[in-house]
Amino acid sequence: MDFPTRFDVIVVGGGHAGTEAALAAARMGVKTLLLTHNIETLGQMSCNPAIGGIGKSHLVKEIDALDGAMALATDMAGIQFRTLNSRKGPAVRATRAQADRILYKAAVRHMLENQENLWLFQQSCEDLIVEDGAARGVVTQSGIRFLSKTVVLTTGTFLGGVIHVGMQNYSGGRAGDPASIGLAQKLRALPFRIDRLKTGTPPRIDARSVDFSVMQAQPGDDITPVMSYMGSRALHPKQINCFITHTNEQTHDIIRAGMDRSPMYSGVIEGVGPRYCPSIEDKIVRFADKNSHQVFIEPEGLTTHELYPNGVSTSLPFDVQLNLIRSMKGLENAHITRPGYAIEYDYFNPQDLKYSLETKHMESLFFAGQINGTTGYEEAGAQGLLAGMNAALQAQGKDAWTPRRDEAYLGVLVDDLITMGTKEPYRMFTSRAEYRLILREDNADMRLTEKGHELGLVSEERWAAFCEKREAIEQETQRMKSSWIVPNTPEAELINPKLETPISHEYSLLDLLKRPGVEYADVANLKNAPEHPVSEQVSEQVQISVKYAGYISRQAEDIERLRRQENTPLPENMDYSVIDGLSNEVKQKLSEARPATLAAASRIQGVTPAAVSLLLVHLKKRAISSKSA
Amino acid sequence: MSDFQQLIDQDTIVAQATAPGRGGVGIVRLSGAKSLEIAKTIIGFEPTPRHAHYVPFKDTEGEQLDMGIALYFPGPNSFTGEDVFELQGHGGPVIIDMLLSRCMALGARLARPGEFSERAFLNDKMDLTQAEAIADLIDSSSEQAAKCALRSLQGAFSKRIDELVEALIHLRIYVEAAIDFPEEEIDFIGDGKVAADLEDIRNKLHGVMKEANQGALLREGMSVVIAGRPNAGKSSLLNALSGKESAIVTSIEGTTRDVLREHIHIDGMPLHIIDTAGLRDSPDEVERIGIQRAWEEIHKADRILLMVDSQSVDSNDPNEIWPEFMGQLKSRDHLTLVRNKVDLTQENTGYEDINGLPVISLSAKTNDGVEALKTHLKSIMGFDSTTEGGFIARRRHIEALQKANRFLDAGFEQLHGYGAGELLAEDLKEAQEALSEITGAFTSDDLLGRIFGSFCIGK
Repeated sequence: MDFPTRFDVIVVGGGHAGTEAALAAARMGVKTLLLTHNIETLGQMSCNPAIGGIGKSHLVKEIDALDGAMALATDMAGIQFRTLNSRKGPAVRATRAQADRILYKAAVRHMLENQENLWLFQQSCEDLIVEDGAARGVVTQSGIRFLSKTVVLTTGTFLGGVIHVGMQNYSGGRAGDPASIGLAQKLRALPFRIDRLKTGTPPRIDARSVDFSVMQAQPGDDITPVMSYMGSRALHPKQINCFITHTNEQTHDIIRAGMDRSPMYSGVIEGVGPRYCPSIEDKIVRFADKNSHQVFIEPEGLTTHELYPNGVSTSLPFDVQLNLIRSMKGLENAHITRPGYAIEYDYFNPQDLKYSLETKHMESLFFAGQINGTTGYEEAGAQGLLAGMNAALQAQGKDAWTPRRDEAYLGVLVDDLITMGTKEPYRMFTSRAEYRLILREDNADMRLTEKGHELGLVSEERWAAFCEKREAIEQETQRMKSSWIVPNTPEAELINPKLETPISHEYSLLDLLKRPGVEYADVANLKNAPEHPVSEQVSEQVQISVKYAGYISRQAEDIERLRRQENTPLPENMDYSVIDGLSNEVKQKLSEARPATLAAASRIQGVTPAAVSLLLVHLKKRAISSKSA
Repeated sequence: MSDFQQLIDQDTIVAQATAPGRGGVGIVRLSGAKSLEIAKTIIGFEPTPRHAHYVPFKDTEGEQLDMGIALYFPGPNSFTGEDVFELQGHGGPVIIDMLLSRCMALGARLARPGEFSERAFLNDKMDLTQAEAIADLIDSSSEQAAKCALRSLQGAFSKRIDELVEALIHLRIYVEAAIDFPEEEIDFIGDGKVAADLEDIRNKLHGVMKEANQGALLREGMSVVIAGRPNAGKSSLLNALSGKESAIVTSIEGTTRDVLREHIHIDGMPLHIIDTAGLRDSPDEVERIGIQRAWEEIHKADRILLMVDSQSVDSNDPNEIWPEFMGQLKSRDHLTLVRNKVDLTQENTGYEDINGLPVISLSAKTNDGVEALKTHLKSIMGFDSTTEGGFIARRRHIEALQKANRFLDAGFEQLHGYGAGELLAEDLKEAQEALSEITGAFTSDDLLGRIFGSFCIGK
């Protein structure tokens, strides 16, 4: 049957990409359906129960700046919060939270169920409805036809998933989920480039069988960080500790002895695993001289005894898993509740996507999350939000939008994926961002909330709070710029001890703040102190923009220089083979990547400034020829 | 078309506009927003548009570098459509190089091959037919430049640069890993390793810069070895090359009686000619040391002229001509075969490429063909008439090294003044980007690959 309601956007999949996609589309006011094979697993954290970390928290804050769910859900579910890199400068600071799996899921479910314009439906998706080469809906397992203007697929590792525990393997999605077959066949018939990846999880452990007294406790920060700009400490549930233990020589011996039954090392697994999150057997082989590795013992929640031993992801047979876990301090009697496993799956080469995350091979079909070769909840959520938003924009007949690399990690993520593709599960790192000093956790709202409001993504409540903060920063900056400290006055005597050389002429408070070692609190109230002290978020912004000023203006020049290239599209049908002067290698790389803009082309390895010049000259020749023709 | 204008780099660019190495007039051309400002500094006043000023060109101290004609063409009525300033001087490569350095010190950047034409085309100063040639210009010149760069990078200099870049990458791995993986037990600034490594890199860079400056062919000249059996005519060739030049600077005995050096100029370009007298097996201890030194000179030489008497040698294969010599030479990359005494054999004079080996037939006695040899040497030095040469490639390297040096200085200040690791990381990245001009690009993914190869990362 045809379902009576016609939708603007249908989102298939209820993981982190799917939920952000559905919420984003619905926030923009279009009729949205979230189709999932199981409503109970909406917002499920199927791997490590933690949100954030370096690079990742930057994405979470950006999702939050566009009013997405992840940050707020983390504040409602986080049971241990820490600020990483707190001593290394604001650009690389990152918030990380251990989350209670059940509370997190409940928070997301609550948001979904209370979102206007959003319908939930449980059934697995069997097929796509295609009209004139465009996705126009989906068919479920029992034959219900949902019609729509756009479809967003966030189906994770469902394609060709094979799970490995030792030499045994079976097909499936995430542990316990069925793998969809019909949809897969439909997609495979299209000319998408498909490749294979691998990822893994550690075994889970029952806390009642663990001796925490011999492990090092790792508490959250004293001043608990907050993830969402709209969040607060009051939202946080009870805070608890994580623990640290280590592998030892005995552990390593056990692993080496079991290696002949490792699917990784016996050639059973062909997919490429991530370089940064190796299995424990990988670590032992590749770093043979290291005789101990850290293992973080992370609680999965307040109401469960399950623990996640972070750092011992493995696909070794169960008997080896049991022995290696029990070889570690505090885990001598550990009971494993679920074995660890490796999963191999297919992903679609993201070079077949546009910046909007719409596919190049089927109009109105969008991909987000692991299907694009990424890993991590944050990376998935970020893409989901963008795909849902762009599907809604298309349904509204509006132009797509994706932030540029200098505006957001969201932009870095999408540009990396569609320009370069990926050979391993793609994870965000701050070193991927060339404008790291600008793309900070603390200013994601300053970078994105206004645009989000313009697009209809951001609620009035958030918008009002944002405007107030922005205004306060501006006022405080002005005040400090126009408040002067004169030498040989009591104010000057107060600040001189903080300075390398005492002040010899007039300085504004802002100039003083530029000096090394001087903090906002040292100078803020020397003169014309504000009636009401500004909030910490406001003073932080004032201080960071002063401390980074030189570097930020240098980056701003680079950005300006590149912006014109960013705005120069390269035609999708461009024949690179006829461009005079380009080497064959560069021609081939450009033909494969089909960069969307001149700037994207310049980021492809081997494309030199001379090659960019050749492209530019060619573009102009084309323009002249087509004009005269 | 105006959207293409916006895509032009905002930098002011400078290059030599005349063919390098030709005598007579040498033109240095600037294009871009800073042209007028630079013009005013060099000639001391604001030039009248489209007017030929005969003036001294001044250096930083106000001393005269050269005397010549200065021309200013304000945009859009100029070759490139931008403000263009031209200095027409006396053309010697040393002077040209000084003028280029002066313009760069004042804020211009060395133009990439074909960049003036590219700007002209994007600014609608060329039509489609004229534009056809631009691609060739950009392409062939950059290829040529790359070859020259490679040539200038052979040997110790290249090794030093590699070491420098490797040390820089190593430090970046450490700093970036500490930033992206704070839970991986990688200590950071505190342990002093970063400061020590940075110091080491800065010392290395200073060393390389010193070497690059000293080693420039332009200032030092190219070293050419004339090798051959007795009576091949080595001394007559030496005289023929230097004969017309009154500018023989010195003529000193080498460290041994076997090596004779001559410092000569061809059209203002310095050459060191080393005449290796009898290279032969000798039982005499002193002579053996001399021969060993001669070989050291040969291995260091930019060019080796293998001279033969065309009356007695028909073969053009050096391995047949002098197997003992070739056996010890190992590589024929720097070899040119000179067939002397062709006045007696009636062979044609001039340049010929035989199986990739340059062969010059000449008569040192009548001077026939000597000009061809000079042209050949000039082209090797990079003063070729058509393409960007080795000396510009060197100039680019020095520019890149200086840029990297500025960033390392800034990073040093961030580390010691502020303890700011993320800003040090930024400066290290920029320093490496500057060096990528010499070494090729190093992407963030390359960096991540190195991090994961060096540290056991991953919870």
